[in-house]
Amino acid sequence: MNQNNVIIQLENVVKDYRIGSGYFRALKDFSISFGHGEFAGFIGPSGSGKTTALNIIGSLDQPSSGTCLVLGENISTISHRQAANLRNHQIGFIFQTYNLLPVYTVYENVEFPLLLLGLSDTGRKKMITEALEMVGLTDKIDSRPAQLSGGQAQRVAIARAIVKKPALILADEPTANLDVKNSHNILELMVKLNRELGSTFVFSTHDPKVISYLQRIIRLEDGRIVSDQPQKQEL
Amino acid sequence: MIRFLLKGLLRDRSRSLFPVLSVSLGVAITVLLHGWLNGVQQMMIDTNARFQTGFVRVMSQAYAENEDILPNDLALLHSDSVLQDLHSRFPDWNWHPRIRFGGLIDVPDNLGETRAQTSVLGWGLELLHPTLPAAGEYYTSEKAIFNFEPAMVAGHLPEKPGQVLLSYLLAEDLALQPGDTVTIIGSTMYAGMAVQNFTVAGFVRFGIQALDRRVLIADLADVQYALDMENAVGEIFGYPGDALFIGDSLRAMAGRYNNSQPQDNPFRPMLVALPDQMGLDQLLDIYDIFSFVIIFIFLLVMSIVLWNAGLMSGIRRYGEIGVRLAIGESHGTIYKHMLYEAGLIGIIGSVSGTLLGLSAAWYLQTYGIDISAFMKNTPMMIQDIVRARITRFSFIIGFIPGTGATILGAAISGLGIYRRQTAQLFKELET
Repeated sequence: MNQNNVIIQLENVVKDYRIGSGYFRALKDFSISFGHGEFAGFIGPSGSGKTTALNIIGSLDQPSSGTCLVLGENISTISHRQAANLRNHQIGFIFQTYNLLPVYTVYENVEFPLLLLGLSDTGRKKMITEALEMVGLTDKIDSRPAQLSGGQAQRVAIARAIVKKPALILADEPTANLDVKNSHNILELMVKLNRELGSTFVFSTHDPKVISYLQRIIRLEDGRIVSDQPQKQEL
Repeated sequence: MIRFLLKGLLRDRSRSLFPVLSVSLGVAITVLLHGWLNGVQQMMIDTNARFQTGFVRVMSQAYAENEDILPNDLALLHSDSVLQDLHSRFPDWNWHPRIRFGGLIDVPDNLGETRAQTSVLGWGLELLHPTLPAAGEYYTSEKAIFNFEPAMVAGHLPEKPGQVLLSYLLAEDLALQPGDTVTIIGSTMYAGMAVQNFTVAGFVRFGIQALDRRVLIADLADVQYALDMENAVGEIFGYPGDALFIGDSLRAMAGRYNNSQPQDNPFRPMLVALPDQMGLDQLLDIYDIFSFVIIFIFLLVMSIVLWNAGLMSGIRRYGEIGVRLAIGESHGTIYKHMLYEAGLIGIIGSVSGTLLGLSAAWYLQTYGIDISAFMKNTPMMIQDIVRARITRFSFIIGFIPGTGATILGAAISGLGIYRRQTAQLFKELET
């Protein structure tokens, strides 16, 4: 990988969680990097460290030791405010349970990240419309999350993640609550967005359907990387 | 952004309507309770001032020392000049001389023999010929102080000498009608026997059980004549002419007056302030302490309830907070928004609760609650209708639990935003 193209770099990252008087080591000597525009994913059994790695890359968590550079920011030393600023401008999240704000409409859920950026009404409207067009939900702008199907809700979550055109999109088990058809629809949409926006997508998953779409597969076991290969070699 | 958050707040009833309702209810109860306790205290002061103590009262020093036995043999002599002196020194006050006495009322039958007899508490009041003109707006006459017009249940007020009013329960016991003749048997100022016939003019009901059972009221001049108290009165009651006030200003007034009197004369006029009469000062102090304790406990309980509501609301929203953090809102901004939201809920709840509580307090202030059924055998001067009283403090007391506790609850629960790892908030959201 061209070093100039690298946007995420983890070196010797360790993450410990305190459990009672002891601790649980979720990541062990974890080193990896991702380039611009990649479509990659961590796979592995539960407890292997997938979500922990994703949370650290997304600046939702900090490593216990080691270095984690994301888009030029050192996650190990970053402040709460700087982390919020990084997520606000550069990172989009897609969650297993969609995590839409239930009292707001589809339009307003997608609008929320743009409000934090302080964009004008006109600017926001244009970007929201574009994002909803990309996910095919322009006819649902006034609906509340409770009125949507699982697939539609996940599309709204994707629209919310991409509306500010972030450099990095992190997806934690994005198809876990979807049926087969909707899972494929969502994954095809993500592939399309990856191509059109050029954003880097990093997944955490153990869903074979998701794995089949990944261009790069990083297999984790017990907090360590056991393999890191392009899709063809994995399959 | 604020508009966006307000929109969410209004749509989510569990965050807006229900908290506002619970804050309103708590605040309303606080305001009502405060108004009620205040009203009871004011009623105690007012009732005592009207009937027993005045706001100040002038007696001879010897009378004051034995006032429990109504010692008219120690009455104030030369009452006209004492009254003139009081009027010239305190022109804004209304001064009303009275004689209270104990005696027997004897009701004759058609043959003039005793049909019924019982003890009475007699009052001589200036009903026909006030000695001094009224000063100021309040407590202008004995008729106004005793509120006779609405108190009349039969007959009329004395219109000429020789007529008396009786409390209605006494009249019922003695089977009297207006126009009947009764004889009062008592003791003169010089320890002789006093016997005087009166015509019953009417019956009164004060709504105070202690008075309604055995009171006889006659014109002061009639009582002076009957008890041989020419130009002498037992007490002179003083009432402020333009406002109601109690406390240290009354004591200062008493101090000034008493210091100007000859100290070696046991029959010198002595002015006593309301708080220093009948242990009222201690009674009000005890009442104040009890009121404070009750209000404090209630405020504490309400504060804990509303604080807990704020706490629960905050904890319930950890998931939402996690999403907002992930999207890029900072911890500080979210915390600030939570406090704004709690403040808004608290203020709206406090305002509506205060209005609700004041409305209920106003109703109780206007119509009151009839407690006569509980007061039948009490000698205490407590009115049958107990009312609330709205003061300036009633308008703000509800904001202590309403706004303060709600914000405090949100502030403490919001600290979880800082204490928890951001990623942990997501786990709470997803479980």
